[in-house]
Amino acid sequence: MKIGVVTFPGTLDDRDAQRAIRLAGGEAVSLWHADTNLHSVDAVVLPGGFSFGDYLRCGAIAAQAPVMQSIIDAANGGLPVLGICNGFQVLVESHLLPGGLIRNEHQHFICRDQKLIVENVETAWTNGFELGQEITIPLKNGEGGYIADTETLKRLEGEGLIAFRYSEVNPNGSINNIAGLRNERGNVVGLMPHPEHAVEPGFGPDTALAMRSGVDGLTFFTSVLKQVVNS
Amino acid sequence: MPKIIVEVMPKADLLDPAGKAVANALQRKGHKEIANVRIGKRIELHYATTPTDADLEAAKQIATDFLSNGVIEDVINVTVEN
Repeated sequence: MKIGVVTFPGTLDDRDAQRAIRLAGGEAVSLWHADTNLHSVDAVVLPGGFSFGDYLRCGAIAAQAPVMQSIIDAANGGLPVLGICNGFQVLVESHLLPGGLIRNEHQHFICRDQKLIVENVETAWTNGFELGQEITIPLKNGEGGYIADTETLKRLEGEGLIAFRYSEVNPNGSINNIAGLRNERGNVVGLMPHPEHAVEPGFGPDTALAMRSGVDGLTFFTSVLKQVVNS
Repeated sequence: MPKIIVEVMPKADLLDPAGKAVANALQRKGHKEIANVRIGKRIELHYATTPTDADLEAAKQIATDFLSNGVIEDVINVTVEN
């Protein structure tokens, strides 16, 4: 199972995403922003970072990169795509997911272990979770406030397109506590927090059992590998 | 050099944290007469020759599709400046 990880100029978490894929049992393939070739991957991760220096708007220039045209076409054909943090912003700017992300309400960059509620498990990236499960993964962003117009919001709520909500604390002012979305088909998922930073004991968030033992993020990657095998 | 100027502002009903921070600083400096500040963008497209009507139409399209995001911003103005 090959999962592509895109590197744009300014991407930071591509290596972490590749490592997460390998720990889940997949083969990580590096994809380059200027190359339209997806190298026959079975799924794609758009990792976190500051693509193109966050110029114009976060994710806006990356959404115009040659590799994105291939990814948009493939996603519309059902290819599983996960956008993490800046990758979520790229998905929104590519119109693969609706709405927009603005500067955190309190104007601070935040970095914390964040509790989330899994709101939808009928996606390529969340099928290994229980509906309503509480998970903890790191969150680190400056522009993570999710917004959408009233009509879009009604559709997201009505059609079960919200994949994750912030639990206990709304860290950035996101409307309806939205942390992540899925598309209608369930192959595209985007979220602000970082599952790839919670995949290996010793390097994840603290849990009640032990420091840094949290590996809730691994399920994103095992979910997609299972889905790809079954399809 | 002839230009087309694109002006983009955050939507009026949206929180503009940058504007709010500047407004707070102005209040601290004693400018009580300034009630609010909003910060947008001015983008200059430079042309080798005077932009045609078609160039202006194309620029308006670029402003809507790429230079702004309709979910969070409004294009206020697209004008030729020679």
